[in-house]
Amino acid sequence: MFYREAGQFKTSYAADMAIFPIRQDRIGLAVILLVAFVAIPAFGDQFFLNTMMIPFLILSLAAIGLNLLTGYTGLLSLGSAGFMGVGAYACYKLQTYFPHVNVLIWIVVSGLASSVVGVFFGLPSLRIKGFYLVVATLAAQFFLEWAFARVPWLYNYNDSGAIEVSTATLFGVPITGPNATPATRYLVTLTLVTALAWIASNIVHGRIGRMWMAVRDMDIAAELIGIRLLRAKLLAFAVSSFYIGVAGAMMVFLWFGSAEPEAFDINLSFQLLFIIIIGGLGSILGAFLGAVIIHLMPIGLRALPALLGVKVAAATVEHLTFMTTGALIIIVLIVEPHGLARLWQTTKRKLRVWPFPY
Amino acid sequence: MNIFSAIFVDPFAQMISAPDLLAQTVWEGLVGGVLYSLIALGFVLIYKASGVFNFAQGIMMVFAALTLVGLHEKGVPAWIALGLTIAIMYGLAVSIERLVLRPLVNQPDIILLMATFGITYFLIGLGELVFGGNPKTMITQELLLPSGAIDLSILGGTVTLQKLDIAAAGIALAMVAGLGIFFQKTRIGRALRAVADDHQAALSVGISLNQIWVVVWFAAGVVALATGIMWGARSDVSFALQVVALKALPVLILGGLTSIPGAIVGGLIIGVGEKMGEFYWGPLMGGGIERWLAYFIALAFLLFRPQGLFGERIIERI
Repeated sequence: MFYREAGQFKTSYAADMAIFPIRQDRIGLAVILLVAFVAIPAFGDQFFLNTMMIPFLILSLAAIGLNLLTGYTGLLSLGSAGFMGVGAYACYKLQTYFPHVNVLIWIVVSGLASSVVGVFFGLPSLRIKGFYLVVATLAAQFFLEWAFARVPWLYNYNDSGAIEVSTATLFGVPITGPNATPATRYLVTLTLVTALAWIASNIVHGRIGRMWMAVRDMDIAAELIGIRLLRAKLLAFAVSSFYIGVAGAMMVFLWFGSAEPEAFDINLSFQLLFIIIIGGLGSILGAFLGAVIIHLMPIGLRALPALLGVKVAAATVEHLTFMTTGALIIIVLIVEPHGLARLWQTTKRKLRVWPFPY
Repeated sequence: MNIFSAIFVDPFAQMISAPDLLAQTVWEGLVGGVLYSLIALGFVLIYKASGVFNFAQGIMMVFAALTLVGLHEKGVPAWIALGLTIAIMYGLAVSIERLVLRPLVNQPDIILLMATFGITYFLIGLGELVFGGNPKTMITQELLLPSGAIDLSILGGTVTLQKLDIAAAGIALAMVAGLGIFFQKTRIGRALRAVADDHQAALSVGISLNQIWVVVWFAAGVVALATGIMWGARSDVSFALQVVALKALPVLILGGLTSIPGAIVGGLIIGVGEKMGEFYWGPLMGGGIERWLAYFIALAFLLFRPQGLFGERIIERI
C-alpha cells in the first residue's frame, strides 16, 4: 500500500544497484535531510542541539566506524574509545602546531593518525580470532587511555591534564570553542557525518565491502577465493579507525569543548558496541537507529518522571534508567536479534502489502 | 645504551640483590592472580556449558557481595545473610535462564554476549536502587575470615603475608577441587560435561538444557559470591570493583575459554606478571602500567597459541 514500487522501471544496471532503488526511499531520505539541515537548526533550542542532536550524530559516526570493523568484517573490537581518543589528541596537537590551517581539515586528517594506530593494533587479528581478538583491542583501549593521562606532550604539558579547544572560524563564523553557537556546531557536525556516512555506504556496497563481508562469513573460504586476508583485515581496521578517529576529534571539538582522558574510557567503547548491536550489525542505517536507542532513550527516560509529575529522587531516576536500559537491550534482542535495521526491513515489507497478509 | 640497561639489566640486578622484595612481589602477584582466577572460573563455567560469553560475571560478583553486606546491614545475622544471598543467586540464575537465555536460544554468540551486557546494566541499576551506591565494608569478622598478617623472616628480609590472602588462596583451592569433583563424579556434573561437548547430542539423550543452564548459572553465582567476599575484604564493596572484573578477560583468554585449569594458571601468570612489571619496569614508564600490562601479556601468549594455553585446538573447515 505505502511501499508500492509499481511503475518504477529500471533501465540500467546502475539504477538497479542503486542504494535507494525505490522512489519512496529517496523521497524519505530527502525529507529527512531537509528536516535535519533546515528545520532542526532553525527551531531546535540549545538543549536539543547540544545534548541530543550533536552527540547523537557523533556517536552514530563512531558507530558506523565500528560497524565497518565488527559488523562488516566480523572483527570484534572493544578499543573504539581509545581510537576516538587518538583522533581527538591528534587533532589537538595538529591544531597547536599549525593554528592557521582550518580546524575542519585537521579533524579529517586526525582520522589518519587513528588509522595508523588502528592498523598497528589490528595486526594480531591475522592470527587471533573471535572472542580472543577482544584482548588485543582491550590492550589498545587500556594502553591508549593510560597514554592520554601519562604522556604530557599529548596535552601540551598543561596543569589540568585536559585538552581545551580554542576558537576556530570558517568564513569568519566561529565553529569550535566557546564562541560557536550550537546551531553552527550542529550544522558542521551534520555536514561531516552526512558526507562520511555517504562514503561509508559506497564503500560497503562496492568491491571492498563485499570483500569484508566474505571475510566475515568465513575467512578461510574468503582466502580460497582469492581475497588477501592481510590486506582485507588491515584495511578494515584502517578505515574503521579513521571513522572512529574523526568522530573522536569531532566529539572534543564540536561537542565537549574540552576533554580529559576519562572521556575515552572503556564505557564509551561498550556504548558504541551496544549501538551497533541494537541497531543492527552490518548496516549503516543501524548505526543511526542504535544511537537513537542508546543515547536519546536514556535522556527521555530521565525526563519522564518530571513530565508525568512524579517526584522521584535524582539518584533513583539514574538507577531506574540503568535498569530500563538493561531490560530494553534484552527485549530488543529477543524481539529482533538482528537489530532495528532488520526490524525496519520487515516493516517495509509489511507496509508494501498492507492491508493484505501476502 | 642507558635505556637498554634500564630495561634489560637493572630490574634483574634489583631482583637478585633484594630477594625478599622479589618474594613479596611474587606473593602479592600470586594472591591477586588467585582472585582473577576466581572471576575467570565463573566465566569458564558458563562458557563451557552454554557457549555464552558472560560479561555479567563481574557484576554478579559485586551484586552478590553487595547483597550479603546489605542484608547484614539491615540486621540479618551474617550466616543467615550468606544463606539468603545464595538463595538470591539461585533466583537470579532461574530468572536469567527463563527471561534471557530461553528466548535467545540458538542465536549467534555475539547476541548472547550483548544480552549479558543487558543483564549487567540491569543488575547495576537494581543493586544501587536497593542497597545504595556508597561503598560498604565487607563483614569479614562475622564470617570468621582471619585478619592480620604473618611476617616471615626469610631471604635476608621480611615478607609479609596477609592471613586473609592465605584464606583466599585456600578457598579458591577448595572451590576448584569441589568443582572438579562435581564435574567428574556427580550425575549433574556428567550432564554438564555432555552439554559442554555437544548441545544437540546432549538433548537427544534426554538431558534438559534448561535445567543445566540454571545449575551452571547458579554455580557461577556461588563462585561470584565467594569472589565478591574476597575482593570485598581487600577493598570496599562497591560497583568500582567491576573494573577489576575486566582483568578477568585476559586471564580467561590466556588460559583458553573452556579450561578450568587454564583459568587458574592464566590468573597466576597475569597476577605475577603484572605485579612484577609494575614494580620493576613501571617506574621507567611513569607508573600505572598495571592497567594495561595484563592485556599485553595475554596478547604475547596468544600470538604463539591463538586458542589460549589450555584451550581446545581450533580446527577450521570449509
